[in-house]
Amino acid sequence: MKGAFRQSMAWLHTWLGLLFGWLLYFIFITGTVGYLDTEIDRWMRPELPVARISQTPQSTLASIQLASKYLTEHAQGARRWSITLPIDRNAPYLEVSWQLPRARQANAVTTTATAGSAYLDPATGAVLPTRETAGGQTLYQMHWRLHYLPQRASEWIVGIATLVMLIGLLTGIVVHKKIFTDFFTFRHGKGQRSWLDAHNAVSVFSLPFQLMITYSGLIFVMFTLMPLIVAPWYGAGENGRAVFLNDVFVPLAPAKASGHATTLLPLDRIVQDAQQRWGTAPISAIDIQNPFDVHARVTVIGDFSAGPMRAADLLAYDGIGGEMLAERPAWQSGPKAFRDLMLGLHEGQFAPPVLRALYVMSGLLGAAMIATGMVLWTVKRRQRAERGQHAPHAGLRLVERLNVAVVLGLPVAIAAYFWANRLLPVAMTERAALEVDVLFLVWLAMALHAGLRPRSQIWYEQAGAAALAFGLLPVVNALTTTRHLGRTVTEGDWVLAGFDLTMLALGVMFVGIAAAIRPKRRSGGHAGRVRRSF
Amino acid sequence: MTRAHSDVLWRTLAAVAGGYAVANIVPVALIAGWGLARVDAALVALQLSFLIYAGAVMWAFGARSVRSAWMGVIVVVVLASIVVWTVI
Repeated sequence: MKGAFRQSMAWLHTWLGLLFGWLLYFIFITGTVGYLDTEIDRWMRPELPVARISQTPQSTLASIQLASKYLTEHAQGARRWSITLPIDRNAPYLEVSWQLPRARQANAVTTTATAGSAYLDPATGAVLPTRETAGGQTLYQMHWRLHYLPQRASEWIVGIATLVMLIGLLTGIVVHKKIFTDFFTFRHGKGQRSWLDAHNAVSVFSLPFQLMITYSGLIFVMFTLMPLIVAPWYGAGENGRAVFLNDVFVPLAPAKASGHATTLLPLDRIVQDAQQRWGTAPISAIDIQNPFDVHARVTVIGDFSAGPMRAADLLAYDGIGGEMLAERPAWQSGPKAFRDLMLGLHEGQFAPPVLRALYVMSGLLGAAMIATGMVLWTVKRRQRAERGQHAPHAGLRLVERLNVAVVLGLPVAIAAYFWANRLLPVAMTERAALEVDVLFLVWLAMALHAGLRPRSQIWYEQAGAAALAFGLLPVVNALTTTRHLGRTVTEGDWVLAGFDLTMLALGVMFVGIAAAIRPKRRSGGHAGRVRRSF
Repeated sequence: MTRAHSDVLWRTLAAVAGGYAVANIVPVALIAGWGLARVDAALVALQLSFLIYAGAVMWAFGARSVRSAWMGVIVVVVLASIVVWTVI
């Protein structure tokens, strides 16, 4: 009976992995990239200077004064302003953004922006001009916002894939009898057996991370995927859901715009009051609703990435009189705190550099776990087909080629996204959207390549493409900007230098992979037989 | 359709639909009656639901027969519903 259960779990593990592996690999790769989102943002905006991060009360006050001066001059009629303070790597630049009132958006004759944003120099308040780019944020957002799909649809698709991932992990644990022996076993050059060993080793080694990241991923989409659970307490309709969400995310002294204009209180008083309440804990952002209305509201937001719990204190003020109206503490209740902890652990915004590097490594191991599993599926069936002397099934041939298109095609497409950032004309309209289109068009091209070229060549050729695409990026950067490695290293601009060096390292890694899987010439004799498993 | 095919189909249905029902009702039954504020009870239930869903899917495919896969799902849903009905 126990053996039968394990067998059925192995069956489930295999087929769920086959059906969802490609999507999960995409989610893992783009999610891992997300741990370096602001660093990528910076590389994709090479015009920005080195970030000057500060959490002192004086610099916070000065930044807010400059930001509100800018917003007063440039975003008069806005219904909402926000100011993000440069307190850490998650928000390295002083940034202001605004949204125009809905009515004006509707009547707008021209296609003028309904919202805007700008980076400001925290010393002078001057705008730091940058190119339009989709940036590291869009690349990271693909992780759960499957780019071209509506948000709800992508939440459901990603949510279901994540649940499948959780089942894949649990069934994987059931299937493996000897977790610890597996960890120390690797039989090199033995075809199917080696792929299985590799799959086991990366999975077992990173299992705690994979369980955490998968379970916490589900916590992000729980309101969407499980809307009925709250019904016994709140009633079944939309109304009950709204009441529930209001209980979880308590609105702070909400107020509608009255339509009567007045002058906004200088923010200094509010900021100083918040600083007095919070002591040394930094302010990460300020949000102003209806800035010049009698019902102006100013919300002071604490630091969401101070610790592994993604939560912060919030204070709401009357923007005209300056009184504090309401506060929401970071800790509301145990169950809410557990959710915040899961979200925080998943995003890793609190992680200092060494821990961040571990996050990246664990994410890559997750991708490797999925990739080795997908290859294992094909290697096993390819060997069976060759042993049985029958033609490989059409499904096997499809999976073999799709595996290349995804496992190596996606990295090439991401490199192309970076190339597009440097090569598309800076003044071009819709530039950010085009960068993303380039990513998906190149991915499509890689899929066509994987479909059309001889099977023995596709892994090798795509690894070569990846080597060139990543390895040459620092050269492209040097040719198209003034921020080349020679300067960034000597000037200590480690975010830009680190990006270029990482691309070089990825290029070298793909050269190594290409060399290792290089198909032997026909005269190579029986060695070709092993290679065929690729 | 062969027997193996219909077996997989019925188990998949038990896993996806039956599992969703189990995931929606069992966490509520587990948390009901602990005296938590309703917002906290709902949050706990939500955060438990995915583990229970995963367990239900594994049950649906691991059970000895399609019949017992479905019986398990139905019995659990009925029992949990009775608990929810009486406690909340």
